[in-house]
Amino acid sequence: MLSRGRCLPPYWDRPLMERSGSDRAMPGNQSNAMIATLATPRRKRIQEVLTRAGSDKRFKILEAHMKKHQHRQDALIEILHKAQELFGYLDDDQLLFVAHGLKLPPSRVYGVATFYHFFRLKPKGEHTCVVCMGTACYVKGADKILAAIEQFAGVRAGETTPDGRVSILTARCIGACGIAPAVVYDGNVAPRQTPDSALATIQSWMSHGS
Amino acid sequence: MDLNQLLAIKEKELGSRKPYTLRVCTAAGCLSAGSDKVKEQLERAVADAGLRDQVEVRCVGCLRLCCQGPLVHVDPVNELYQKVNAENAAALLERVRGGKPALEQADLQHPFFTKQLSIVLANSGVVDPERIESYIAADGYRALHDAVIEMEPREVIQAITTSGLRGRGGAGFPTGLKWSTVAKSTGPRKYVVCNADEGDPGAFMDRSVLESDPHSVLEGMAIAAYAVGAEQGFIYVRAEYPLAIRRLRLAIDQARRLGILGSGIFGSPLNFNVELRIGAGAFVCGEETALMASIEGRRGTPRPRPPFPAESGLWGCPTLINNVETFANVPAIIRNGAEWFASIGTEKSKGTKVFALAGRVKNTGLIEVPMGTTLRTIVEEMGGGAPGGARIKAVQTGGPSGGCVPAELMDVEVDYESLTRLGSIMGSGGMIVMDETTDMVDVARFFMEFCKDESCGKCIPCRAGTVQMHGLLTKILEGRATARDLAILEELCDMVKHTSLCGLGQTAPNPVLSTLRFFRHEYERRLRPERVPTGAPRPATL
Repeated sequence: MLSRGRCLPPYWDRPLMERSGSDRAMPGNQSNAMIATLATPRRKRIQEVLTRAGSDKRFKILEAHMKKHQHRQDALIEILHKAQELFGYLDDDQLLFVAHGLKLPPSRVYGVATFYHFFRLKPKGEHTCVVCMGTACYVKGADKILAAIEQFAGVRAGETTPDGRVSILTARCIGACGIAPAVVYDGNVAPRQTPDSALATIQSWMSHGS
Repeated sequence: MDLNQLLAIKEKELGSRKPYTLRVCTAAGCLSAGSDKVKEQLERAVADAGLRDQVEVRCVGCLRLCCQGPLVHVDPVNELYQKVNAENAAALLERVRGGKPALEQADLQHPFFTKQLSIVLANSGVVDPERIESYIAADGYRALHDAVIEMEPREVIQAITTSGLRGRGGAGFPTGLKWSTVAKSTGPRKYVVCNADEGDPGAFMDRSVLESDPHSVLEGMAIAAYAVGAEQGFIYVRAEYPLAIRRLRLAIDQARRLGILGSGIFGSPLNFNVELRIGAGAFVCGEETALMASIEGRRGTPRPRPPFPAESGLWGCPTLINNVETFANVPAIIRNGAEWFASIGTEKSKGTKVFALAGRVKNTGLIEVPMGTTLRTIVEEMGGGAPGGARIKAVQTGGPSGGCVPAELMDVEVDYESLTRLGSIMGSGGMIVMDETTDMVDVARFFMEFCKDESCGKCIPCRAGTVQMHGLLTKILEGRATARDLAILEELCDMVKHTSLCGLGQTAPNPVLSTLRFFRHEYERRLRPERVPTGAPRPATL
């Protein structure tokens, strides 16, 4: 729903540099645009988000982070990184909050969040397993490792098991080609994996506590 | 900060050196094998043995032979120990006491080490990447001082031009020419951007440089800023490299604190600050116009050139964009002179090139060789050939934009022109060795899948073409294709190559074209015969 831009300023989709003057990145000069946004029914939505945000400490940290970047619009990607770090993923609330804070049309924020693979719009599992599918890992059998994990967990790459325990992801290349094939378990790179060694880790995660 | 202070830091650092140094590799490869624990154990063992005033345990960057990590280098006896772990690390102290540790030792006389020539990686594995003093002790920031105090900006550009340095990102554009274009352009501000969005799968040179020697990149950028007249720099680095990001942040902070970055650097009028920008996982952002869009906080989609970034880049201002390795070459050129640099390499490609040697080869790791070294030397002598005595089939260079060089042609000298002649490209330096077990059609499809996923969707040839080519390759791989499909594939390759907007699309067909050129039989073997009409005309109704 965020991507529908009925009430956006007429120039919302043009690159920033085409807009007026050299001070276009200054926070103040788009206030008119924002009033236009707030004057529509979406205002209610943003108000709701702001109310919810008031009781959540993480939003305060996010606000402080935006302030650190002087609410500069070109810091959008940095702010989204921080938001994802705080919340684990990006949902509508965070995206609207950032759009409001940086005085950007929500469509722009949503557009950026969906463009980059690094940003997740769905919550991830308790554990994450990232299989590197770079060339070096691929020629050394990363596809077999992934297939084994997918079959064991019963979900495809990019998905999370129904119990929310394990997310299976792939990476384009984590630059660990010298120790291929590599798999990243919860942020730790493990060298020279085999289907069996990978399954052992996944197995321990999935059986833990159940 | 002035020269005397710089020299004082160097003196102090050199003065505090101890008779023995244990250099522990803490670049990503060894780190994932547990080198942080090795370092802890070593420090504890040194303290327990009361050898603190004898032995220094130093964290360093990449020691090259990644496949045998964690690696520890012992100075001054010049021995490299491999597969050290937390349990056996303490045995290294035997060496200090004059004994022989019961640990695996790497052969430093192996061609893997002896054929290397380190310029970019000179400090890698020697200095502590987390301490600026360690870099200064290795003559760091001396080149920046000499440039801003003793040279005019145009002399700096002249030196870079004379050196013959070409862009190490892959295309090989002459760096001096780029610098002088930016210097001549006018604008309210100018920017220097370091492209550290190393997206090619199978390449980890830039990551290693950033993790091992971040200050050399900063120094190179500062010299560039002085030469072209910029005051603000950006380093665009991949989010997939957390360690590189951490070390860069630290390096920028340390340099700022010492006044090496900031205003009035070394008492000159040069002001220069560097900001870090973290990518978010989009391969296309390695393309310069897409990278700039991403720095501006937008979707990373490329735009047509001209205008080139050198004239209209970030926020419409003249912008100099160079790759990590290009910047890392700059301090050495200023320090040792352009002629020295120009004396290394081939006629048209000067200096050295760092390659990430990986895939089906015995010795995987990081190598830096003079331009003009043959592929055979790199793969067979340095890499030690394929494991288990298998026959090497091809070497892939340039990632998804490059191609495969077959084993018969491995005597080619590695430089920009000769690789292009073979339908591949130098690329950023990923070098993947493939042996008999590798299926070339599968490799072509692997790269096409990559390009299909990473296409930003802005121009149609790339967006739709990569999907169609991927479909055709899958069809061939599954044995459902006919000769007609192969012809369509070739036609599509040509179309996508010539009509795409940016480098991603223009080079996406390269892996297919080069495997078709040298391994056509692997494609044709899979084709099924065309359905031939049996002669009898078909009935008019079905």
